Amino acid sequence: MFCSCELILFLLLTGDGMNAYMAYKVSTQTSLTMFRSKTFTVRRRFSDFLGLYEKLSEKHSQNGYIVPPPPEKSILGMTKVKVGKEDPSSAEFVERRRAALERYLQRVVSHPSLLQDPDVRDFAACIDNYVLCLFVCALSGAGFLKMLNKATDAVSKMTIKMNEQDVWFDEKIQDVENEEQHMRKLHVMVESLVNHRKELSGNTAVFAKSVAMLGSSEDNTALSRALSQLAEVEDRIEQLHQEQASNDFFTFSELLADYIRLLGAVKGCFDQRMKAWQRWQDAENMLQKKREAEAKLLWANKPDKLQQAKDEIAEWEAKVTQYEREFERISATVRKEVIRFDKEKARDFKRQIVKYLESLLNSQQQLIKYWEAFLPEAKAIA
Amino acid sequence: ILIVDISDALSERDKVKFTVHTKSTLPNFKQNEFSVVRQHEEFIWLHDSFVENEEYAGYIIPPAPPRPDFDASREKLQKLGEGEGSMTKEEFTKMKQELEAEYLAIFKKTVAMHEVFLCRVAAHPVLRKDLNFHVFLEYNQDLSVRGKNKKEKLEDFFKNVVKSADGVLVAGVKDVDDFFEHEKTFLLEYHNRVKEASAKSDRKIRSHKSKSVNGFLFCSLLNRFFLKVSELFEKTRKIEARVAADEDLKLADLLKYYLRESQAAKDLLYRRGRALVDYENANKALDKARAKNKDVLQAETTQQVCCQKFEKISESAKQELIDFKTRRVAAFRKNLVELAELELKHAKGNLQLLQSCLGVLKGDT
Repeated sequence: MFCSCELILFLLLTGDGMNAYMAYKVSTQTSLTMFRSKTFTVRRRFSDFLGLYEKLSEKHSQNGYIVPPPPEKSILGMTKVKVGKEDPSSAEFVERRRAALERYLQRVVSHPSLLQDPDVRDFAACIDNYVLCLFVCALSGAGFLKMLNKATDAVSKMTIKMNEQDVWFDEKIQDVENEEQHMRKLHVMVESLVNHRKELSGNTAVFAKSVAMLGSSEDNTALSRALSQLAEVEDRIEQLHQEQASNDFFTFSELLADYIRLLGAVKGCFDQRMKAWQRWQDAENMLQKKREAEAKLLWANKPDKLQQAKDEIAEWEAKVTQYEREFERISATVRKEVIRFDKEKARDFKRQIVKYLESLLNSQQQLIKYWEAFLPEAKAIA
Repeated sequence: ILIVDISDALSERDKVKFTVHTKSTLPNFKQNEFSVVRQHEEFIWLHDSFVENEEYAGYIIPPAPPRPDFDASREKLQKLGEGEGSMTKEEFTKMKQELEAEYLAIFKKTVAMHEVFLCRVAAHPVLRKDLNFHVFLEYNQDLSVRGKNKKEKLEDFFKNVVKSADGVLVAGVKDVDDFFEHEKTFLLEYHNRVKEASAKSDRKIRSHKSKSVNGFLFCSLLNRFFLKVSELFEKTRKIEARVAADEDLKLADLLKYYLRESQAAKDLLYRRGRALVDYENANKALDKARAKNKDVLQAETTQQVCCQKFEKISESAKQELIDFKTRRVAAFRKNLVELAELELKHAKGNLQLLQSCLGVLKGDT
């Protein structure tokens, strides 16, 4: 039983001027019976993805599900593309966004519970006029952040410390906090690694050029040839560095960024559980008050108000039972979700790290080839 | 025979003391084997004495070793000390070890460069007989050569400016010998290119180094996920640092050294050019004197002196320049071969580490 989505950039810019947007082709392949066919393709734009998130978050966060967050809006990035700036950072931005959206969607459809949501099905399969109807998300940058943070409403607002029956949750939330910290630090490191590698590649290119010039002004033929060979080697090494830098970036840095956002969502569902607990406690308190009120009435002997009091007690008893059950259900969901998340995270990281190491391996093999070709040239100098 | 080396060196606060050790069978020395302690300024004094000696105008004077510069390294060590509180004991010791290794490498390099200078002098058929050189090697008291004071440094600066202005003038004079013409143009270009290349390779190495330092911090955080991977990065980082150091040594230093030597060769050509101008002026003066029939004898003597000087320089200069080329080609060959071999060694090392780590990671799914 699988469902996998692939995103292709369909049109770089469609629409006019500042309202232009990038259109994506979303192709899905699946063996699930809920879909009418095994493969299908639809057109979507960035705001559709955001809209999907909004819907899912509204419906499912409060039940303790970890709803994967989409990539952030980037006004600067989009503006550069719209203005038609032809520079490598724009190309990088476009690819980055496409890849991020693809990963986002893949996470959504890999989630067994979210996949049941008709909105997800519609997003993947519903063809016409989708762009215009349900999912237009016109939030500003600040509004978007607010939406993401809604799910993670500050635990600090809770003044009552939760009487944690299950120590598992306490430990888990601590783990999540630590992990997020570490990941942020690591992410910063990887970004600076990427920058350094880019700088190294730039310097290598310049160096290669000046070695070439040196070779051309050398009048010993063998040495001159060796020097120009060296320049070529350095040139190829520079290319290698460039590729490695973008590898570092796409394999690693983006992965970390995704998980930092995901951990935010995880914290969010812990908060939802807190809220559910709070609701239950508030109901308990209310019930207590109603019981006290009833007692007072009995004592003050006011039989007419007594029936109302009894009704209210029944009402609140029902609420307490309901909220208690909801709390237990949400706790179970959170627990299941977090365990699933951990498994996926381990798998994701392992896969990406292996991929990353393989790319490093390739680089080294290439390096060896280049230097092996150069060595005889150097030895030939006389 | 005459063998010179630097057998020991001591780094004090802001100066380095080199122990210059000599083994010789030459009769001018009192013993066959002896050592003295010298500082950088004394090397410079020796070099300058060669440059200022008219007798050596026709030789390429081996370039003076650069001043030992530990400032950058010291600054880094200091910054590390200040930041001690903000990192774990483990990280601190690691960084300290690295910086100490760097300091040691710079130290070794400066010793090597001073040694190379002395060896070049000792290998030169004429310079090795120089009296100042012998005093430098044997006199076991301080040579009391103070560093140039500000005024003298300024004078030097102007001398250089005049020399380059002169150099332009002299370069314009048509040269009789084609060989020298060719050499001059080649050296001029070469000199500039080498300067550029060495500056670029310096920068490349610095960014290479900072990348490895980054990797270092990188892996201490990765510990949480895969201990193996963090070990891997630690090891590859060490290799990358070694690559940077090797590139520095084999390429950058080579280029820097030949930059200095090609400058010395240019100086030789300049002196020859100067001598030529003097000779031609003396010729003109002689013609004038003969025409007026006044001070002819004096003009004749001046002209003779200039002619001799010019011819003496030309004779030795030709051979010197040929030797220089041979030396240069040989040095480049040696270093480029060694560079390539080292790069291969390190790349293969990296490859092996990556392969074994991947093997382990893929194995335990």
